[in-house]
Amino acid sequence: MAGDATKTISKETLWGGGQSPFSVSYGKMMMWYFLVSDALTFGGLLTAYGFVRHGAEVPWPVGEQAFEALPFLHGHFPLVYVALMTFILIVSSVTMVLAVEAGHRNNKKGVVKWLGLTIIGGFFFVGSQAWEWSHFIHGSGGAFQLATAVTVTDAEGGVHTLNAGDRVFMDAEFGHLMEEYVEGNPDIILDGTTINSVGAHAHEATLDYLTLNKYVIGRTAIEGAEMAKLWNARSDQFVFGANLQVSEYAEHQDYAGFFFFITGFHGFHVFSGVVINIIVFTMVVRGVFERRGHYEMVEKIGLYWHFVDLVWVFVFTFFYLV
Amino acid sequence: MAGHNHHHEESFISKYVFSQDHKMISKQFLLTAIVMGVVAVMLSIFFRLQLGWPGESFSILETFLGKWAPDGVLDRNAYLALVTIHGTIMVFFVLTGGLSGTFSNLLIPLQIGARDMASGFLNMLSYWFFLVSSVIMIFSLFVEGGAASGGWTVYPPLSALPQAMPGSGTGMTLWLISMVLFVASSLLGGLNYIVTIINLRTKGMKMTRLPLTIWAFLVTAILGVLSFPVLVSAVVLLLMDRSMGTAFYLSDIHIGGEALDVTGGSPILYQHLFWFLGHPEVYIVLLPALGISSEIISTNSRKPIFGYRAMIGSILAIGFLSFIVWGHHMFVTGMNPFIGSVFVFTTLLIAIPSAVKAFNYITTLWKGNIKFTPAMLFSVGLVSTFVTGGLTGIILADSALDVNVHDTYFVVAHFHIVMGMSAIFGMLAGVYHWYPKMYGRLMSTKLGYAHFWITLVCGYGVFFPMHFVGLAGAPRRYYDYSSFEFLDFVADFNPIISVFAIVGGIGQLFFLFNFFYSIFRGQKSDANPWKSNTLEWTTPVERIHGNWPNELPVVHRWAYDYSNPAYDEDFVPQIVPLKAGEEEH
Repeated sequence: MAGDATKTISKETLWGGGQSPFSVSYGKMMMWYFLVSDALTFGGLLTAYGFVRHGAEVPWPVGEQAFEALPFLHGHFPLVYVALMTFILIVSSVTMVLAVEAGHRNNKKGVVKWLGLTIIGGFFFVGSQAWEWSHFIHGSGGAFQLATAVTVTDAEGGVHTLNAGDRVFMDAEFGHLMEEYVEGNPDIILDGTTINSVGAHAHEATLDYLTLNKYVIGRTAIEGAEMAKLWNARSDQFVFGANLQVSEYAEHQDYAGFFFFITGFHGFHVFSGVVINIIVFTMVVRGVFERRGHYEMVEKIGLYWHFVDLVWVFVFTFFYLV
Repeated sequence: MAGHNHHHEESFISKYVFSQDHKMISKQFLLTAIVMGVVAVMLSIFFRLQLGWPGESFSILETFLGKWAPDGVLDRNAYLALVTIHGTIMVFFVLTGGLSGTFSNLLIPLQIGARDMASGFLNMLSYWFFLVSSVIMIFSLFVEGGAASGGWTVYPPLSALPQAMPGSGTGMTLWLISMVLFVASSLLGGLNYIVTIINLRTKGMKMTRLPLTIWAFLVTAILGVLSFPVLVSAVVLLLMDRSMGTAFYLSDIHIGGEALDVTGGSPILYQHLFWFLGHPEVYIVLLPALGISSEIISTNSRKPIFGYRAMIGSILAIGFLSFIVWGHHMFVTGMNPFIGSVFVFTTLLIAIPSAVKAFNYITTLWKGNIKFTPAMLFSVGLVSTFVTGGLTGIILADSALDVNVHDTYFVVAHFHIVMGMSAIFGMLAGVYHWYPKMYGRLMSTKLGYAHFWITLVCGYGVFFPMHFVGLAGAPRRYYDYSSFEFLDFVADFNPIISVFAIVGGIGQLFFLFNFFYSIFRGQKSDANPWKSNTLEWTTPVERIHGNWPNELPVVHRWAYDYSNPAYDEDFVPQIVPLKAGEEEH
């Protein structure tokens, strides 16, 4: 074996027929070509996203400002959660490598351990994406459109002229009650800039500030009497969170559309990967590959898993970083 | 997996229906493609009746189309549906699925010396996806509102808004679903073809000894694996626009004066995604036909193919270039003229490898001892249409010229000759040539001649006049040209074109009869009826699972040793070892 590593096999022999020129089984090679093909699917989608974003005539949301929530916590944590998700997914690639490596040594226990951890990592990622989506759909306070043009001054003395139809953003606490009020919940009472929820879950929120450009560069808080001017100029056009038609994040309909579609398409890949991993995991536990004498199947699903991770790096870059 | 020679009894179901044997799957593809082809030809005859004699009543239309042709006059929307489905079926189901599915499946294992495809199971799945997708496409002709009607390219907004036209409803949805399944079939097939060619060549079958058919199938499969997924992206986004209210392809649309609540998308985006597939698709259709004709022309000229390596090089060059020319379909979309000029340049580059191929065919024929089999006639016919259609391609590649004839009959003439006729000629040539390998019998030569001459004359009769119609400015896809004064002259051309189309369509009965009759009554073939060099003719006439009864053959030479002066016979099969002192080609 040691000698083979340095032995040069002529191209003539390798490609001369009667053997696989790359010394790989057909299944593994098919997986490679499938991944190339799948890469082009994602390539098509991401290019489409870039095309629309490049041609957009309205500001495009900035990742740090659109994604800054953490589960169970209030406050601004730009990109912290998605960084954690990404880290876990990449770690799951590492555990997958270790599972493949254990497979090479025919170490069943090792494969079980590392593949098991990979599955857990995959579950964490899929679950996190579900949370991320639900937060995205729910939104961070929502926005209303102005009915008339207003000129306001911020705390630093900057003057902002807004036109009718421009969006002004509420904070999360006030906005979430406001959403219920707009939807016509009779238990919510709006009194000037104070909103009350009566009944079993009594709760009160006050409008302390309104934000301009919440999701694009130049976020500005407007407080006090200036805020009241904005609030009184509101129309009945509110938007809370995001769906495929409208979103509070962008006036551009396709921002949320592409976010849902591409992260969803990727999430579906991860989910399929987890299911396939579980199937192979049970086969490992049942000793199928032990009897077969090799763990090539683990290598094949490993290729798929690394690919899905790699694609996430691109999706992450295009939706969160740039 | 190949490697063992199974001789077990198979049930009817596993032998003829859920077969995993590449030879049976190839026949399944061929028969499905023939059925689809008959449908597509009939559709074209229906709309040619309307175009040739606008507004006249034909009872045959009412017989076949029922409410779509009240009183025998074709309905306007039905006309658009017929045109759309004719194109879709011909491009995807006959010339992509049918052509590659039939001949890649039949010839790859046989010509490289493998027992079967790398994965028989995925190969079987590939066929079944193809069949289901075909059935859905045909089914879409019968739904409320009719089949998809926005043209075979299904551009938004016609395809994206269900309310745009009758065919944009259920028919369009079924079109998209059918296409996703079709791509799955093409992907499974393509993966198999590539891996089989790389991994399962028999001993001695170097890449430079492969028949050109295999090179063509390899590059075709690679093009498919790289370009079809982008079509999936495009189609799935279109489905979202249709059913989920997104606006990837829609913006500022007004229907009946009412603005729709969609903003920000771009119909041009769809065109980019579509043509990124769409252009390689042209070569997915054409390359197998070129590979098949290389093989047939060399065999029947009894001469080595001229410029074997140049042929491989041009296949690879065409494959590569096909990915960077898609913009030439979009010169009138408001594209930046500089980018347009880049696409003009890359497109014109394709003329070089194409010309290499055309000249190599001609030089292979030159001074050959030509055997005029029907397969040979169709292959030579392919060379003719490839040149005729290719020349107009140079005109259309130039944006300055293209904008004048964009979406006119000139384009219709161009692609029907260069892609439609060439590819169908290659496919028919392949059927005549490898029929003995499929059914152990020969097709009738006389009927083959009749079929060829009718098809060639009628093909040119249909498409050649279209050049002039297009140059004079007649746009394609119009239901009726009689309402425009400047198009009055079309009334002189259209009946003639339609007569040729109808005669050519009916002429295909010669082929259908010949094909099905010969399965049972054809003259029995011997093992190597065309005295050919390639490995498929070393297998027994009686088809067996595993292809070769004993050891796999070993290859010693290239596939084109015809009329080698060192040998008495005018052909030297690839399994014959080199003589002492003999040098390989």
